[in-house]
Amino acid sequence: MCPQAQFDTVDGLLQVTVDDALWHALALQLKNDLHFDQLSCLAGVDWKDAIGVVYYLTNTESQEMLHVKVATTDRDKPMLHSVSDIWAVANYQEREAYDFFGIIFIGHPDMRRFFLRNDWVGHPLRKDYDTNPELNPIRLDDEQNEDYTCSYIEDADGKVKKVDGKVFEDDEYVINVGPQHPSTHGVLRYRVSLDGEMVKKVDVVSGYIHRGIEKMCESLTYPQTLLYTERMDYMAAHINRHCLCMCIERALGIEVPRRAELIRLMMDELMRLSSHLLSYGCLTMDQGATTAFFYGFRERELIYDIFDRTCGARMSMSYSTIGGVVADVHPDFVKDVRHACDVIEKNLKEYHQLFTGNVIARNRMVGVGVLGKEDAINYCITGPSGRASGVHCDVRKTHPYSLYNEFDFDEVIRTEGDSMARYMVRMDEMVQSIKILRQACDKFEQCEGNEYIAEKVPKMIKLPAGHWYQQVEASRGAFGVYLESDGDPKPFQKPYRLHFQSPCFNLIGVVDLTCRDNMIADLITITASIDFVIPDIDR
Amino acid sequence: MRYEDFKDNEYIDSLVEQLNASGVNVVVGKLDQLLNWSRSNSLWPFCFGTSCCAIEFMCLGAARYDMARFGAEVARNSPRQADYIMCQGTITYRMAPVLKRLYEQMAEPKYVIACGACTVSGGPFKNSYCVVKGIDEIIPVDVYLPGCPPRPEAMFYALMQLQRKIKVTRFLGGANRKEKRMEYVPEDK
Amino acid sequence: MFDFRTVTSWLHELLLSWMPAWLTTTVECVLVAVFLLLAYSVLAMIYIMYERWVCGWIQCRRGPICVGPWGSLQIFADVFKILTKEIITLWYTDKFLFFLAPFLVVMASVLTFACLPWGKGLQFIDFNIGAFFIIAVSSIGVLGILLAGWSSNSKYTLIGAMRSGAQMISYELSVGISVLTMVCLAGTMSITGIVEAQQDGWFIFKGHLPAIIAFVIYIVAANAENNRGPFDLPEAEHELTAGYHTEYSGIHYGLFYLAEYLNLFVVSGIAALLFLGGWMPLHIPGWDGFNTVMDYIPSTLWFLGKAFFMTFIFMWIRWSFPRVRIDQMLALEWRYLMPIGLVNLVVMAIVVTQSWHF
Repeated sequence: MCPQAQFDTVDGLLQVTVDDALWHALALQLKNDLHFDQLSCLAGVDWKDAIGVVYYLTNTESQEMLHVKVATTDRDKPMLHSVSDIWAVANYQEREAYDFFGIIFIGHPDMRRFFLRNDWVGHPLRKDYDTNPELNPIRLDDEQNEDYTCSYIEDADGKVKKVDGKVFEDDEYVINVGPQHPSTHGVLRYRVSLDGEMVKKVDVVSGYIHRGIEKMCESLTYPQTLLYTERMDYMAAHINRHCLCMCIERALGIEVPRRAELIRLMMDELMRLSSHLLSYGCLTMDQGATTAFFYGFRERELIYDIFDRTCGARMSMSYSTIGGVVADVHPDFVKDVRHACDVIEKNLKEYHQLFTGNVIARNRMVGVGVLGKEDAINYCITGPSGRASGVHCDVRKTHPYSLYNEFDFDEVIRTEGDSMARYMVRMDEMVQSIKILRQACDKFEQCEGNEYIAEKVPKMIKLPAGHWYQQVEASRGAFGVYLESDGDPKPFQKPYRLHFQSPCFNLIGVVDLTCRDNMIADLITITASIDFVIPDIDR
Repeated sequence: MRYEDFKDNEYIDSLVEQLNASGVNVVVGKLDQLLNWSRSNSLWPFCFGTSCCAIEFMCLGAARYDMARFGAEVARNSPRQADYIMCQGTITYRMAPVLKRLYEQMAEPKYVIACGACTVSGGPFKNSYCVVKGIDEIIPVDVYLPGCPPRPEAMFYALMQLQRKIKVTRFLGGANRKEKRMEYVPEDK
Repeated sequence: MFDFRTVTSWLHELLLSWMPAWLTTTVECVLVAVFLLLAYSVLAMIYIMYERWVCGWIQCRRGPICVGPWGSLQIFADVFKILTKEIITLWYTDKFLFFLAPFLVVMASVLTFACLPWGKGLQFIDFNIGAFFIIAVSSIGVLGILLAGWSSNSKYTLIGAMRSGAQMISYELSVGISVLTMVCLAGTMSITGIVEAQQDGWFIFKGHLPAIIAFVIYIVAANAENNRGPFDLPEAEHELTAGYHTEYSGIHYGLFYLAEYLNLFVVSGIAALLFLGGWMPLHIPGWDGFNTVMDYIPSTLWFLGKAFFMTFIFMWIRWSFPRVRIDQMLALEWRYLMPIGLVNLVVMAIVVTQSWHF
């Protein structure tokens, strides 16, 4: 297809290394001819001699994946061609890469910083970033609104020139939703242009909780990095941690005991239940039905009790570890899980009675914020929001990991793509999670051996040189970890690059698309039904 | 935990001694007590959650822990109407001016609880390039509450600690405003 | 049943016996005002606690229980605190209008509050166009809210105020129409007249279907006029942070809060007056023994009991329903409630002229 490109197989996946000049054309071919229609992950990497981007592409029909490496050696002003016109999700992803590495994407419509302040000096994830705190002190002056943007356009001769653009016109009525707003569920900020009550445009400003996790991971050993996975999407703490553990285990070639894998899986499903209960609570509260929120939280406490008894913490459990879990479960674990399953299953009916059937709730949600299947794939919307648009994207089914292929459960798919569908997918997924948990309880009781951690986990974890990508189904979509190791032989090896492809990051891409021409009250409904966790976006 | 066991706070005890030493008029003193009683029992929080701690704060408001018991359930979303800001979650450089502004928008008397390791000291993100190492670099803090995230019980402890602190302040005859309000001049004026 | 008029006329005679007539009127006015404001603030406090307890009960919580016995002192703590809270004055706003707004809102609710029939012969304002007066003065409140939103010089409050304007003016119609329906049945606009007309049966039982329809319309519309969920759009917490009173702090915010709860009492009181017989005890024709027992319960208790019952319904609705959207809210009013209300009024007129009611 592209003779100049170099093809290898790394980690069971096809790797394409291609020159930047040919990349855009190749990307078009990949999408149109080979049907690689989803850009699952985009990670900028600084290889010291070169700076570049790794793209992971997925074919949503056959679920095949491949990855593409594009790099440039120009460190002063690295420029690559944008693929945001091919995969819409690349829009925010490339802005992130620009923010972290200073890579300018030619043809990108909106080349602004994404996570850091406009007046930030330097690009922090570069290996030569100047960490001097005097360059970037805590600035307490208010940040100026970015009404101006710019893009870089290549003309026919291959010359790149900068073009200024505007985010909002001067006469637009722009209101500021966030960063401190009750229904952004954290510190996300939208700048919303209004026409009466109608939303004309939403500009998402993120980064108010950007904590630089990826950079910090580069100075920590592997077991230490596990900590941060739980602080990103704290509603999928176990699942994220599970993902990084699996990635490292794969790199090391460790086999996890069955008992540990079962414990992890059950914890994942409990986490998913807890997360969906929270999103039920938040969605209902954002629409004014306060009581439903309390009902959701009542049942979450049961799940928290299970975590509390086994892990000693309610939220950030630090339970999974490389090779298994840190301690065996509480003796009553299975009993508690069964009890929680029974109670939640019984109370789900109550939730539906209280909220789902309500005529106001239906009017607020049915047909509001419709996201079509193609858009969902294009914007790489996964998880319950993607499945509500009819995308077959449950990683537990598409790329089964852990022990999921032993379990009998359904992937909940709806085709409407509106807020109601997203809500209902979550409610139905809770039923599936309970089903999985019940089966897991049986399997757990039959499981022989009581090893909860693999025996041959080395004390010092050293990974060979190479890179790995691992996906799991977190409670809000596919969570991916891109791990690159330089094979440093010294003790206390640190990851060379650790990129977390969080599901919520992609979810904010569709806020503008779905909210446009809806009312301001719908903005709240739609964002609540899309349901993102802000620290997961910002990392 | 019994209330008597709770008296382990030397800082507050020294404050009480200081107050008693200066001596106050009976009427003013009683009035002060009344005001302090009312303020400490009517702490309306300002919903300010940036990350994980906010979820535990929701649990604090939910049915099992129910902070409404202490009259603290009237969570206000407008800083003007709130009494204390329980800062839940990491404050980054980008958020710092926002937090400061929110604090300044609150009406006196206002209190701050730094909730969670991140707000106390930066916590697990202390080495980050863009995390504020403790919100006391930006705004004055009344109660520090460690934990990642603190359990709801711990949040109650912080709340009670704040109540005790309020009970030893002086409204009448003392300085009512802790700091000077910043002069705000818009650019076009 | 004890007629409170004996007390008032005795007082009047007493004052007249040693005072000139003009002074008597002045003294009586002051007394009434003091009682009115006292009752107003006490009821508001009771109502705030009532709502917090009911809300806790609905949400499987305990509600405020720790301050004082069963949390009874909680409200005093809140009141003292809010009285001593700083009042923030904003720059570049119309300060006069900004400070006027909460008082307008409170004034409207005090005036409507004064019209309620508290018991037999116990009424602050009672004249022949009472029902009309209630409708008239209750609409002053929207002015206060509009002013509050506009004078705060903030985009959120402005949206809140505009929503509130659209909402309250629309739903005022439905409230008015359902009040008119009941006036039609009673044949008088005087509050006392309306109560007296329900001596042998409350209007909700007497008035057949039209009365029940009017009752339902009234509940929906009163909820909306009161800015309470599911119609709390003007202060929709999750959309507009705190709506039109976002910028108010201290006691000014307290006044909005106070008026909100008092309005709740006022609409429940009016519902009790129009549909549940005001202070009239429950009488079942033919059951003389039962009726006599009912008569022994003081009329004020009857009225308060009915108002509290109505409030409970309002609270129940508020805490279980999600919020409607602005266009749905307007559609509900103009497409459904108002036409149905108008037809209902005609039906009621026919029922009354044909004497089909009980």
